[in-house]
Amino acid sequence: MDTGFRIHPEQASTAAPQVDALYFFLLGVSIFFTVLIAGLIVYFAIRFRQSAKTTRRPMEGNMALEITWIVVPLVIVTMIFFWSMSMYYDMSRIPEDALEIHVVAKQWMWKFQHPLGRREIDTLHVPAGRAVKLTMISQDVIHSFFVPAFRVKQDVLPGRYSRTWFEATEPGEYHLFCAEYCGTSHSQMIGRVVVMPQAEYQTWLAGGPKPDEPQAAGEALFARLRCGGCHGDGREAPKRGPLLAGVFERRVPLQSGTTVTADEDYLRQSILRPDARLVAGFEPMMPSYQGQLGEEEMNDLIAYLKSLGHAAVPAGANQP
Amino acid sequence: MSIVEELPAVPSPAPVEVPEPNYLNAGYTLRSWLLTTDHKRIGILYLISITFFFFVGGAAATLFRLELMTPGADLVESETYNKLFTMHGVLMIFFFLIPSIPAVLGNFLIPMMIGARDLAFPKLNLISWYLLVIGGLFTTWVMLVGGVDTGWTFYTPYSSTYSNTYVMVTAIGIFITGFSSILTGLNFIVTIHTMRAPGMTWFRLPLFVWSSYATSLINVLGTPVLAAALLLIALERGLGIGIFDPALGGDPILFQHLFWFYSHPAVYIMVLPAMGVESELVAHFTRNRVFGYKFVAMASLAIALLGFLVWGHHMFVSGQSYFAGVVFSALSYMIAIPSAIKVFNWTTTMYGGTIRWDTPLLYAMGFIGLFTLGGLTGLFLAAPSLDIHMHDTYFVVAHFHYIMVGGTVMAYLGGIHFWWPKMFGRMYPESWARFSAILIFVGFNLTFFPQFILGYTGMPRRYHIYAEEFQVLNVMSSAGASILGVGYLFPMCYLFWSLKYGKPAGPNPWNATGLEWQTPSPPPTENFPITPIVDEAPYAYHHKELTH
Repeated sequence: MDTGFRIHPEQASTAAPQVDALYFFLLGVSIFFTVLIAGLIVYFAIRFRQSAKTTRRPMEGNMALEITWIVVPLVIVTMIFFWSMSMYYDMSRIPEDALEIHVVAKQWMWKFQHPLGRREIDTLHVPAGRAVKLTMISQDVIHSFFVPAFRVKQDVLPGRYSRTWFEATEPGEYHLFCAEYCGTSHSQMIGRVVVMPQAEYQTWLAGGPKPDEPQAAGEALFARLRCGGCHGDGREAPKRGPLLAGVFERRVPLQSGTTVTADEDYLRQSILRPDARLVAGFEPMMPSYQGQLGEEEMNDLIAYLKSLGHAAVPAGANQP
Repeated sequence: MSIVEELPAVPSPAPVEVPEPNYLNAGYTLRSWLLTTDHKRIGILYLISITFFFFVGGAAATLFRLELMTPGADLVESETYNKLFTMHGVLMIFFFLIPSIPAVLGNFLIPMMIGARDLAFPKLNLISWYLLVIGGLFTTWVMLVGGVDTGWTFYTPYSSTYSNTYVMVTAIGIFITGFSSILTGLNFIVTIHTMRAPGMTWFRLPLFVWSSYATSLINVLGTPVLAAALLLIALERGLGIGIFDPALGGDPILFQHLFWFYSHPAVYIMVLPAMGVESELVAHFTRNRVFGYKFVAMASLAIALLGFLVWGHHMFVSGQSYFAGVVFSALSYMIAIPSAIKVFNWTTTMYGGTIRWDTPLLYAMGFIGLFTLGGLTGLFLAAPSLDIHMHDTYFVVAHFHYIMVGGTVMAYLGGIHFWWPKMFGRMYPESWARFSAILIFVGFNLTFFPQFILGYTGMPRRYHIYAEEFQVLNVMSSAGASILGVGYLFPMCYLFWSLKYGKPAGPNPWNATGLEWQTPSPPPTENFPITPIVDEAPYAYHHKELTH
């Protein structure tokens, strides 16, 4: 992390040079128009000062001029808009093969959970040259994940997963800031992102203390909370609750007559507030687990549900 | 011995001047001020109140700029720091900028500019002032004694559930003050519609009246939404009704939608009146008709309308959909067009004029430059792909200070200097005034320009403790703030001084057109002895020069 004086942030992601290109273009536009306007007003103020001997032939209006300064800015902003949009489209689409890291934010720390279960606080290790997808949730207020060197920022909300991605290019250490004001120690909710070559990252991932892998931890939770009592053990058709095998990203018909894709947000909501979007054909009998699961445990539980695979649903399994 | 005894030299009594009756000498008691329904007196009451709020808000800024001289925490603790920037934002926005030009200059000038004796509802006008003062003093007291640390944006669920500071009472203060904006807006709209003098057609209205009209529309339509949002926070905080906190089944983003639905148009509540003042200053000090009058007038209405459709550009990284990002970005770029129209028209107005380098012109020129830069940096933030990086950094802080301080405060001060002789019948010392205008311009740029760079290099806003590499630019900014602070103190002093010692101004010291200059200074209570009849467009300088 270079802590010397600088007027431009480091470029350490695939997005950074693209963002900077538009930034410099806009800087050019801004300098051009500021100098033009400032130059003109100073020039007019001097040339037409009261004491000056000059011809004063004021104009009261001129349609050609008005149209010019409507059309020229319109062309420029349209250009900026389309340039920005083509980039924004790429920035919004998370690559399919991205490495997924779970982020839990709370006043005032960042918790990270890597694929094989390695966890860390306020420091995030990532491989260079590979897209990294962050699935983030806050345990309290709104935070915002911001790495200036990557030109990436995404608010982290309570009660809802938000996602972003980046591909780091340069190994090194970079600032991680919370960018959304979150209370007393907001400015101390900082950390660092350590970008490592891929092989080194793999070694790092395998090292350290060995907590359970997320889905193993999730399976233990599943047992402890006795989810299987109603949902079965995931292999045979359950008695009272919907079958969970292959539930992730399945289209689920709801009591209300609509359908929903069972993504992470839906699964999370169905655990915390089961009656909010009840599966068609089931009684609202599941208790709420609100307050019994931290966000990290929730991540484990969902990881377990995902691991139940996309097994073929036995015919009629979803019917009571 | 002479017959005629020499009389002792008695100084002959000075001829007793019977001053013309005017709104200032109509009564000297406190009661005559506190129960007045004269729009001019109410304007002066606003002037005094918002100046108070400005200096309290400024003092908070002075403290945190001092703190930011070093990366660590040395002057205050984080809790205090957070309360300071909240106090600065809340006081400056709700109690200074929003009422500044509309309530002071608008109150004083709109009836005179349209040839009316007062506003349509004089008592309502007095109530509006009381609402601002009650809300403002209450909020100031709460923030000085207890403090609130949510930032002026009150984002949920921090404000509704987690903050341990005085959020409810602050919200009540702002809630009360909101009604001041709504009622003033209503008053202006009705006045402009119904009380124009004979011959004062819509396109003969001075541009200040047009932009006040546009502002009033936003005040009436937008402020209730803010009031509703604050009320909902109070409901959640006080009664635990789940609206914004997901733990209670609410949605925190809903608050941001409600908040910005008001607070983005609020930016135009702050800057549209400044644009109106700017049009007046440019016209009067270049002795030219405003170039493209109808375009400038219609641009105000376009800004007021479009201003309601761009709030989503505050939420590009909050989790709104990609599609919403595209739409809000496009609409935000649209609003650049009417702003550009205005800047180009003001610039061209100067062409071929007879330009007097008086203090108001210096402020007017400063306004054009700073507003242009403020507007252009908005183009960066309207692009989601750039805003992802720049959102919630110092770049945003610099951008909106260029608009609100570089724009609105410059125009406000320019307007105060232009109409001061009308308000009080006295001139201020011109060289002090010019010096202060330049000092403010320099101090402003030194304070806020480094913050653009600071933001792009990645310093988040609302950071009490920051990374070392940001220090140089922060020191520059703090140095600028000290110059700016001194710059603001000067006008306070010499304007106050001029009340007693200033040269009498006479009815029209600038030899300006406009109905407000066709009546004595200070004006009589009824503004015009006989109702004026208007038979020409505003800024008719060429006509005037010909006849003289």
